[in-house]
Amino acid sequence: MSTRRQFIFQAAGASLVTTAGLPGLALAAAPTDRRLLLVILRGGMDGLSALPPYGDPSYEDLRGNLGIARPNNADGALKLDGFFGLHPALEPLHRFYEREEFLPIHAVAIPQRTRSHFDAQDVLENGATRAHKTPDGWLNRALRTLQAGDNRLGLAVGYAVPPVLRGAVPVASWAPATLPPSAPALLDKLARLYDGDPVFSPALAEGRRAQEMTGKLLGNRTMKRGNLRSPGRFKALSSAAGRLLAAEDGARVGVIEMGGWDTHANQGAHEGRLARNLSILANGLAALPEQLGPVWRKTAVIVTTEFGRTVRMNGTRGTDHGTAGAAFLLGGAVAGGRVAARWPGLASEALFQNRDLAPTSDLRGLFKTVLRDHMGINPAILDREIFPDSAGATPPPGRLIRA
Amino acid sequence: MPTVEAFIAANRFGLGARQGSLSGLARDPQGWLLRQLGTADGALPHLRNLPQSQDVLAEFLRLRGDREARIRFRKERARPLYRREMAQRTIASIKTDTPFRERLVHFWGNHFTVSVSKSKLRPLVGAFEREAIRPHVMGKFATMLNAVTRHPAMLLYLDNNLSVGPNSRAGLRWDRGLNENFAREILELHTLGVGGGYGQADVIAFAKILTGWSVGNDRRGNPGAFTFFENRHEPGEKRLLGKKYHEAGVEEGNAVLRDLARAPATARFIATKLARHFVADDPPASAVDALERVYRSTDGDLGALARALVDLPEAWRDPLAKVKTPNELVLSAYRLLGPPDQPRRMLGPLRLLGQVPFSAPSPAGWPDRAEGWIGPESVLRRIELMGLLAKRRAGRIDPSGMADAAFGPVAAAETVTAVRRAESRREALALVLSSREFQRR
Repeated sequence: MSTRRQFIFQAAGASLVTTAGLPGLALAAAPTDRRLLLVILRGGMDGLSALPPYGDPSYEDLRGNLGIARPNNADGALKLDGFFGLHPALEPLHRFYEREEFLPIHAVAIPQRTRSHFDAQDVLENGATRAHKTPDGWLNRALRTLQAGDNRLGLAVGYAVPPVLRGAVPVASWAPATLPPSAPALLDKLARLYDGDPVFSPALAEGRRAQEMTGKLLGNRTMKRGNLRSPGRFKALSSAAGRLLAAEDGARVGVIEMGGWDTHANQGAHEGRLARNLSILANGLAALPEQLGPVWRKTAVIVTTEFGRTVRMNGTRGTDHGTAGAAFLLGGAVAGGRVAARWPGLASEALFQNRDLAPTSDLRGLFKTVLRDHMGINPAILDREIFPDSAGATPPPGRLIRA
Repeated sequence: MPTVEAFIAANRFGLGARQGSLSGLARDPQGWLLRQLGTADGALPHLRNLPQSQDVLAEFLRLRGDREARIRFRKERARPLYRREMAQRTIASIKTDTPFRERLVHFWGNHFTVSVSKSKLRPLVGAFEREAIRPHVMGKFATMLNAVTRHPAMLLYLDNNLSVGPNSRAGLRWDRGLNENFAREILELHTLGVGGGYGQADVIAFAKILTGWSVGNDRRGNPGAFTFFENRHEPGEKRLLGKKYHEAGVEEGNAVLRDLARAPATARFIATKLARHFVADDPPASAVDALERVYRSTDGDLGALARALVDLPEAWRDPLAKVKTPNELVLSAYRLLGPPDQPRRMLGPLRLLGQVPFSAPSPAGWPDRAEGWIGPESVLRRIELMGLLAKRRAGRIDPSGMADAAFGPVAAAETVTAVRRAESRREALALVLSSREFQRR
């Protein structure tokens, strides 16, 4: 079985042949002007807190001290559709709901029942039915269809390319700079020395290409170092992603990540650990229209996480790994203003293994619908190549993308 | 005359060649490695005068209720101690004469990750490695596993200090209950591995078995040290992986850890991780099988496994099979060039490349595959950093000599030529440090 590394080498080899010596950017216009931003929340975001289903009769009892009060109460949820509310810390997203640019989604999960972060994230990103089934990510497979010529349509914001974007198609990546850039002469020499190295050669070539592109868009902003997935970095990363995706001749599909969601202990309710992260998330997302400018109306942002969390509080005022959770769609292209969920209820018979919210939609269904309706990818290719064995993947109900 | 084997011994097994060392090694590279496993730990002289985790933690716990004092502690004790631990640890890695042993310490420390992503662990992480990992690197896996599982840093990192048996005396009195995190990560990350044959029921059973494994504070137990709190321990018999564990207090956990250390899945998991670290990102089955056999026949003897690694023919075939992590890259650069004049400068490069020691984003630790570290962005970052190092150090050295010292036996002709023909000493050194021969091991 091919390794991810071989995939990258094979593809990069081909593209380097056609573009060797040519600086910077694409020669042909990108095949689509739609933008897609995937935000991966690592650790398992508690959907029952982000989108409290206060209309469910079992909600208050089951959630106990983790529960969010109904709207019109102090520190209560913000009103959405009267059954589901919005966590008060997500307030910056509320106006998007009113403008019908925000579509909260509930009771959605990956196809595999696993409570391991690593397996679940693998399934979330590989687009298959189980962990470790494919060496590449679904978004990279989607790029195969979108990509024409040598445009780097995929963009990873961060140090390494996340698994969802790894695969045969080369992608760009960007992370904040804090060192002076290397002299072009040095990079030219290293490019020759790296020739033939399956890891360093393609990475350097793509890095230089991306650096030219982003230098024009972002200037030479610097940022303090550290773990780019930590919550504190999210705003800077989402800003960069927004501005980079806004470029006419730049990437079309971006991925950013945010950690800190694995709230096993002292999760808090309307305030506390989880609330702080939700606030950071909302503020980062809410700034996107400004960064994307006129392109916002052609943008869809998917916010997703590998699983939700247990319905009941655990012994340490937090929650453990669960099953179904929440996801968000945000953007000018999104058909928002409602909550998309086939709600299974929180009665004990309805819970999954008597501990988790049961899934009624499959995240692959969500991803496929967005790729089909927003990015214009052929449904047959979605079923055959991008999401193998996904015929049964139920999407969230209703229209997700504006006509 | 330096050889390819000498290069592999110094870089694959060691932490990077120092100037002139490759020739010395060439006579008997395997012997050089094996001797390190028997002699004293060469890092210890550089790790003196560092406090025990128990003392540091007890000091903090005595500040109960005094918010101001706690803030002061973090600022004036915890953070400076963390910086000192990191500086001394880095110097130890640069100066040690037993780099193979040191690499094993790093490997096991990563296997049993604790991280300052939980900031209260800052003053404890260095001590954790010195107390629970380093002394056991040549002993039995079961011994290290037990030491790690009862170390306050690990108990706090994975929240077991908060876990209470629902039917224990404390559980019935307070409104507290079970936390699964610790049990799950021990099964998934430390012993059996993800596919290792455990289920949700096993996680819960193990969590119950581990209730009471905690840290004493200023009021109860042994302050800052492992304490078994009987009143938090879930009573009753537990069933884990098909075996019954009768109620026996702390001995239940000890027994489970012994059984996990002995499990075939653990042997396989450990063998795979070792093979991945020392042979290739996707290690050949023959290497994994060999290590697994040694694990099982020696009951998890880590010294025997270390010797078995040296004996693996697969580890001696491709001198540049693995890509150096940022940690390995920076340490090897310092070993070659000498440590920076100012100790505080040492962590900067690691921060820039995203691998400050003990700051892994999750209990799974740092990745051990090229794609976990090399992307279009990070490779540029590496080159920029090596360029900065070159700028600082170029004045005093001979780049071609450096290239020879670092990777003479495996240097491609193009690399040698490029270094020789560079425009300046600075560019030459930048080329040496950024070459694939230096970026790989």
